[in-house]
Amino acid sequence: MSLELFRTTNIDWLGKKWYFLGFSLIFSVLGVLSMLFWHGIPRGVDFKGGTQIRVAFDQAPNEDHLRQAMDKAGVKDFTIQRVSDPSGHAANKVIISLPQSTATDQSHDQGRQGVENALTSNYHDSAFTIEQVEIVGPTAGLELQKQAAWATVYSLIGMLVYLWFRFELIYGVAAVVAVFHDTLITVGAFSLTNQEITLTVIAAILTLIGYSMNDTIVVFDRIRENLATSRRESLHDVVNRSINQTLSRTVISSGLTFLTVLSLYLFGGEVLHGFSFALVVGILIGTYSSIAVAAPMLVAYQDWRVKRGKIASLPAGKRAKA
Amino acid sequence: MGKNLAGKLALIVGVLVVFCFGIVGIPHGGLKESIKRRINLGLDLKGGTHLVLEVHVAEAVGSTTDRDVQRIEDDFQKAGITGATVGKTDQAHPETIMVTGVPAAKLGDARSILQGNDYSNYDVATTADGVSLTMKPGAIRDLETRTLNTSIETIRDRVDKLGVAEAQVAPYGLGANQILVELPGVSDPGRVEDIIQSTAKLSIHEVIGGPFENDQAAMAANNGVIPADAMLVRGSATSGAPESVWLLKRVSEVEGTDFRDAQPSQDQNGRPNIRFNLTTEAGDRFYKYTSAHSSTSSTPGSMAIVLDNKVREVAGIQSAIRDSGEITGGFTQQQANDLSLMLRTGALPATISFLETRTVGPSLGAASIHQGIVAAIAGMLAVMVFMLVYYHGAGINADLALFLNLVILLGFMGFTGSTLTLPGIAGVILTIGMGVDSNVLIFERIREELRSGKTAAAAVDQGFKHALTTIIDTHVTTIVSALILFLFGTGPVRGFAVTLAFGLFANLFTAVFVSRLIFDAILQNKERGAALSI
Repeated sequence: MSLELFRTTNIDWLGKKWYFLGFSLIFSVLGVLSMLFWHGIPRGVDFKGGTQIRVAFDQAPNEDHLRQAMDKAGVKDFTIQRVSDPSGHAANKVIISLPQSTATDQSHDQGRQGVENALTSNYHDSAFTIEQVEIVGPTAGLELQKQAAWATVYSLIGMLVYLWFRFELIYGVAAVVAVFHDTLITVGAFSLTNQEITLTVIAAILTLIGYSMNDTIVVFDRIRENLATSRRESLHDVVNRSINQTLSRTVISSGLTFLTVLSLYLFGGEVLHGFSFALVVGILIGTYSSIAVAAPMLVAYQDWRVKRGKIASLPAGKRAKA
Repeated sequence: MGKNLAGKLALIVGVLVVFCFGIVGIPHGGLKESIKRRINLGLDLKGGTHLVLEVHVAEAVGSTTDRDVQRIEDDFQKAGITGATVGKTDQAHPETIMVTGVPAAKLGDARSILQGNDYSNYDVATTADGVSLTMKPGAIRDLETRTLNTSIETIRDRVDKLGVAEAQVAPYGLGANQILVELPGVSDPGRVEDIIQSTAKLSIHEVIGGPFENDQAAMAANNGVIPADAMLVRGSATSGAPESVWLLKRVSEVEGTDFRDAQPSQDQNGRPNIRFNLTTEAGDRFYKYTSAHSSTSSTPGSMAIVLDNKVREVAGIQSAIRDSGEITGGFTQQQANDLSLMLRTGALPATISFLETRTVGPSLGAASIHQGIVAAIAGMLAVMVFMLVYYHGAGINADLALFLNLVILLGFMGFTGSTLTLPGIAGVILTIGMGVDSNVLIFERIREELRSGKTAAAAVDQGFKHALTTIIDTHVTTIVSALILFLFGTGPVRGFAVTLAFGLFANLFTAVFVSRLIFDAILQNKERGAALSI
């Protein structure tokens, strides 16, 4: 006898759409509020420019001594941040950040030299090695920011066009809205927890966009298949049935991917921290949004058309060529 | 096993072998070494320095027009045109040369010179008080492209001569006129940065006046006017001396491209210096100049050696020099070494500024790889065990497919010489996620068909058929987005797109073709109506 999580579920997903809407709204609005009024969008050195130096000490660093060492050498406007593992265990490492003014296109290397000299001559608690230096000038930061954003927008348009071609425009729109919803909430989570968005985090966000899109298409494909075979059932019922039929795959696939990502979050080390955090949040939200955002949008669109007196049936799209 | 199956099996084994070859190549040394040779790791994983520079190509326009001003003056002199003023009057338009004050009688001659082949790069126009030459947009573009390419060549040469292995110097796609320099294994970029950035514009100029204490003093000594053919340059004639200002002739006697060779050396007092050789043509020119101004001549003079717009040495001309000499600029041995290297590789045609510097120390990179691999293996093992427990026999299919998927993905990277970066690992994770998902989709569908009372063979057939539509849709959508990210992205975004695209193609093959084959093979050995382990 085989193991099965869900044999036949019969949940009225669409009946819960107001709860879903509430849930999505709360998290989106919280995130947006935090972006607007609280932490903003915490941008890493990649995007805002500046100098960031990761220093590893042989023994646990004394932050006060570090500050004194820097002050004595005349290094200004620095921040010191202890690095910790995802488990919360403090590492013997700090990240020293300097504002953008230290990394102008003319005097690029000034900040790094300042910090290095300050530590070499004024910090005597233990030996240290500089593990990582990132210096991003204002021009590069802005370009990276613009370019990452445009690449993402173009790829969303590409997906929309493909879905339009394979299904119908409204499917593509619903899928893109769902993905946008996921990105918004994930970025919101970074803002709420005040974690920096770096280029690696952007890669994670691209991953979650791909994943969420994948999830949505699985549900849409089933809706299309069911619409083609049962023309007398209402769209509401077809969508509910499709979600229920794919539920077991949704839970298993998402669960397994979540497992991979969680293992990355727990064992992947500090460098991958922000990256895996985005994925942990993203996989959960991405799975949720296919059921709670994308599918209800299809039904809402049809209801809206009915109200306006248009033809009631949602076209099923070109029949799948299997 | 049927003939058809055997053929397909052979294909799969073939693919496996080919891609294993892609990963390890022809193995010699340990397995680890072989893989290391084939799979390029990004600097974020193996440690090194990543630099993005911008070349100020516009400067090349200015120096070209400077040279052409000189040429026009020479040509006018030859043609007997006197009284004309040739120069660049508008700071904001370095591409425009103004010619004024040509006597009316000579205007025709002047025009025909300027419209000749020598100045075909310019649009010649008549203005109220003379003639203007403006460099053609096409010529400017050519010049800028050439400047960028020369800069890349020069930097590559310098980095190579420094002995950095597998360094990469290439145009960078993010903005115009940017260069990406990747230096594996270099975690202290200070010296490399200096060597790359130093334009090493070395030139020797005739000294007209000086040294003066500062600019004001220099101006005062010249009644507040700097002659048109002269310029003020700061610097110090001996190391450690306070900075002074000299009035030098604007046009150099010899400069960057005139140097044929340069070697670090020491003078008789053991101080580091640089011995240089000039090209024959430049040697002749230099001989003419130095013999005209040597200490025994009627007009003794001194010359200033200017490096990157700073005076490094001022020396009286003792005797005529032809094609070899030495520079004692108060250098340290290291500076003498670096400077000779730069002189040998040629000067950069324009100045350079750094936009981005990223350095990852080897320990951090190694830790990232180690932790990343541990995490990936832990995640994959968990997934594989779950698939076995949940889908029994079919779980083996999924695990095999997943394994093969990874082999193909890494093999692809080995063959194409792509680089695995941290964001690339993100692409691998999405690939694994979608690979597992494809299997789950198929299995769940087969279970569904079985529940509706179909035989094992029919259920497998229908399951694959229905799941295939979905799998193609999800994969094509994601491949479309990966392609777009590759086209419009750079650096990390590209790294992600590359592994994702490779992984998805591998997925389509393994989930659809390989997994299906295993099912068919099992079904063939079973009696009709026997249960399927799923």
